[in-house]
Amino acid sequence: MNPTLKTFEGKLPLSILQEIEEKCLPAKQKKVAELALEEYARAKVEPGEAVGIVGAESMGEPGTQMTLNTFHFAGVAEMNVTMGLPRIIEILDGREKISTPMMEIFLKEPYNKGQDVKKVALMIKETKLGELVKEFIINLVEARIEAVLNEEKMKEIGITAAQIVKQVDAGVRDMIIKEKDNVLFMKVKGKDEKHLNEIYKLKEAVKETYVKGVKGINQVLPVKRKDEFIIITSGSNLKKILTLDFVDTARTTTNSIQEIAAVLGIEAARQAIINEVYKVIEAQGLNVDIRHIMLIADTMCANGKLRGITRYGIISGKSSVLARASFETPIKHLIDAALSGEKDKLDSVVENVMINQPIPIGTGLPHLIMKDEK
Amino acid sequence: MVEVFLNGSYIGEVQNAEHFVTQVREARRQGVINSSVNISYHPAFRHVTLETGKGRLRRPLIIVRNGQAILTEKHIKQLQKKEMLWKDLLSQGLIEYLDAEEEENAYVAITEDELTSEHTHLEITPLAMLGLCTSLVPFANYIQSARLSIGSKNQKQALGFYAANFGVRMDMDVNLLHTPQIPVVTTIMHDISRYDQHPSGQNLTVAVMVHKGYNMDDAIVINKASIERGMGRSSYYRPSAAPELRYSGGLMDEICIPKAEVKGYKHEKDYRFLEEDGIIYPEATVKEEDVIIGKTSPPRFLSSMDEYNLAATARRESSVALRHGEEGVVDFVLLTENEEGNKLVQVRLRDQRIPEIGDKFTSRHGQKGVVGLIIPQVDMPFSTTGVIPDLLFSPHGIPSRMTVSHLLEILTGKTGCLSGRFIDATAFDAEPEEKIRKELVSLGFRENGTEKMYNGMTGEIFEARIYIGSMYYLKLKHMVANKMHSRARGPIQLLTRQPTEGRAKEGGLRLGEMEKDTFVAHGASLLLKERFDSDKTVIPVSEESGLIAIDDTYQKRRFCPLSSDNAEISDVELSYAFKLFLDELKSMCIYPKLQLKSRY
Repeated sequence: MNPTLKTFEGKLPLSILQEIEEKCLPAKQKKVAELALEEYARAKVEPGEAVGIVGAESMGEPGTQMTLNTFHFAGVAEMNVTMGLPRIIEILDGREKISTPMMEIFLKEPYNKGQDVKKVALMIKETKLGELVKEFIINLVEARIEAVLNEEKMKEIGITAAQIVKQVDAGVRDMIIKEKDNVLFMKVKGKDEKHLNEIYKLKEAVKETYVKGVKGINQVLPVKRKDEFIIITSGSNLKKILTLDFVDTARTTTNSIQEIAAVLGIEAARQAIINEVYKVIEAQGLNVDIRHIMLIADTMCANGKLRGITRYGIISGKSSVLARASFETPIKHLIDAALSGEKDKLDSVVENVMINQPIPIGTGLPHLIMKDEK
Repeated sequence: MVEVFLNGSYIGEVQNAEHFVTQVREARRQGVINSSVNISYHPAFRHVTLETGKGRLRRPLIIVRNGQAILTEKHIKQLQKKEMLWKDLLSQGLIEYLDAEEEENAYVAITEDELTSEHTHLEITPLAMLGLCTSLVPFANYIQSARLSIGSKNQKQALGFYAANFGVRMDMDVNLLHTPQIPVVTTIMHDISRYDQHPSGQNLTVAVMVHKGYNMDDAIVINKASIERGMGRSSYYRPSAAPELRYSGGLMDEICIPKAEVKGYKHEKDYRFLEEDGIIYPEATVKEEDVIIGKTSPPRFLSSMDEYNLAATARRESSVALRHGEEGVVDFVLLTENEEGNKLVQVRLRDQRIPEIGDKFTSRHGQKGVVGLIIPQVDMPFSTTGVIPDLLFSPHGIPSRMTVSHLLEILTGKTGCLSGRFIDATAFDAEPEEKIRKELVSLGFRENGTEKMYNGMTGEIFEARIYIGSMYYLKLKHMVANKMHSRARGPIQLLTRQPTEGRAKEGGLRLGEMEKDTFVAHGASLLLKERFDSDKTVIPVSEESGLIAIDDTYQKRRFCPLSSDNAEISDVELSYAFKLFLDELKSMCIYPKLQLKSRY
């Protein structure tokens, strides 16, 4: 880099310096950099600015206008994505289980050109017993369930009756299962006299038993995006999917932030929060500065673990007893503080509002100190 | 195989669901199965559900067979002659009640002439779709459904003639419209509910036009002369009661003029309206704080010790007085007994309410608005025939709300007034618009209801033709006189020393959590502190124990019982609520120790 620009290193971001070097004449570079530095300083947040509250309000106000819309994929039943306010709440709470987990699976060559995409997609999809059964019959005389298997479908996903029996036996407890000529016979374990409702319940449980595929992937939808094929799924299992050899691990992603944090680490989770929140806000046609979202994501990821904005999450990390008590479950916080003899330094906003003192933000931050001339 | 569920639990399966369902329905119509059983078949889910439980919403429909209603003219004649009753229709299987789920299997015709062989049921009358209040809306089939429910809800809040014996009733919070009228544009429900016995609105001449922005955002402009003629004038009645209660030890309340030595004696002039029996006289004009029923009660806590205590024998003042901001005329005084046989005095207050800026009015179509301006008649726009509207309604309220019925009522009302007849506008069964328009032309007016009008202030002709007509307007019970409120200084709560809440207690308007956040966001630290200064106190704190010290002003001594004698005691300024919070912590056995440090 130009030695004159070198002196600005650390004062200006590298990307700006590079841009100056590329686009400006060497003679004018110093002047441009000086002006850029001035402009850069002006764009910075002033000391004492209440970035947290401003960020909260900047997210909160558009939040009131958000709709509860879910987004549906055409052609596939039960495949929709939570958007709008519920999604934002879900992300910021740092929830373990999100309401509509979804993945975008990118494929390696040659699958991404359309070869066997359908087959690959079906391999990923979790198959439940209910989908492979032509008809369930409740045999009242024998007090058992008879399930007639659909051979065509079995062939389609490549599974044999014996494999099904093994999977179902492992998946459902207190049940005896037998198979003959592609018909499964299932009985409740224990004494012979069984109430009709119990058999019915067993039937419903058996329907939902895992048989084949990647657990958690309920629906698959191969789509063409730009000029390659990708698979969109409802349901998410990042860890398993990334182990499959036909998957492009660099671009495949999920909308479950907890999964990203567990598989890819906290930095990835931070970026995922920003992306997911921004996606919702953009979809609603609202406009929130990305720096507010970045602040939230930073706060949530600050100590290396993903913490939601709840009383168990980042609020529990606040140093002030009074601030924590004023959020939720005050008695718990007060008693815990008393037991350990906590000290509240009263150096944040909420505490000072409570005791009616100037808050250390904005005009309340600087102090004048007189110096005795001796 | 189709699964069968009874009240939500699985009971078995049937081979031919279609057949099974028809059989059950036939049996119900013949009275073999109870008529309150409903059955429905959902082919998509392969479910048949039977419901027998309570709490389902059901409605009656006429049964149709082969495209023919089985309820015939013959039955209707029998009904008219009272040879047959409603329950006979049910037991003979002519009508049946369907719940929401069985309705999914039904194909219901609205009118008899649209019946085909596919129909299973016939609506008794299309009006049965609507409730009582909703049927009172004219042209209800020409309005967006959401607005229709708003319109029918508004009618419940309208002032009117609620009961003919109002003079002897002691209802709480009652309003009475002085000169109610029957609507010119009526529905069949007005006849059925005998609306002429208890009308609740007035027919006003309404012009749809703006007026200098004073009727923007749903406001309305009213003609001052109309108000002076009595339009929208009402009375507000509020009773208060005072029972003579009995206490243990033979003590009891006494209704009288309290004597000056009574504890809590107000002021001599507050009792000036009371007659010898301690009760106010009718037709007295009273203002806030005036006593209307004088009453004294025995002392509150009477123990054996107090017999020697002179102060304790003094009785307590417990008169009923007008609350802050209340005024009116004493309308009616009633002396009676309550359930326990104690003497009960009831006094009813009356207050005349003349429409003023801020009072709420509405048409019957959910087009509510508050009075934005009252203008003298000379400044009102007028038509070529000299007709001056009572009310100016803004046209901007129409397009987004799509209340076509509102516009139709103006047109129909105009025709009705000019031809001198009531016009029926029942939903689905109204007089056709075409006919009304023709009639208006024959009366010498423009077919679309517009007229040439003049600006009342300049005398110029308005460029646009103004849509003007008559419509039924309701005055709603929300009046500014009951709502307006402000406070600078005033009462505070005993516990927290913060301002009281609510208009009745002359309270302040809370600067809440989110409002606080806006100050923080601006970094206006000192302004925020100042706003929350309402319960500011100065408290002596012992720097040794960190607890609140005692300031003994008699002995001019400040000390802390927990600290040594020479402990430093400093004054700290903080909110009283926080001091209370520290006390509450102490009551929870938590020691909140304050460590003082100079800020500078």
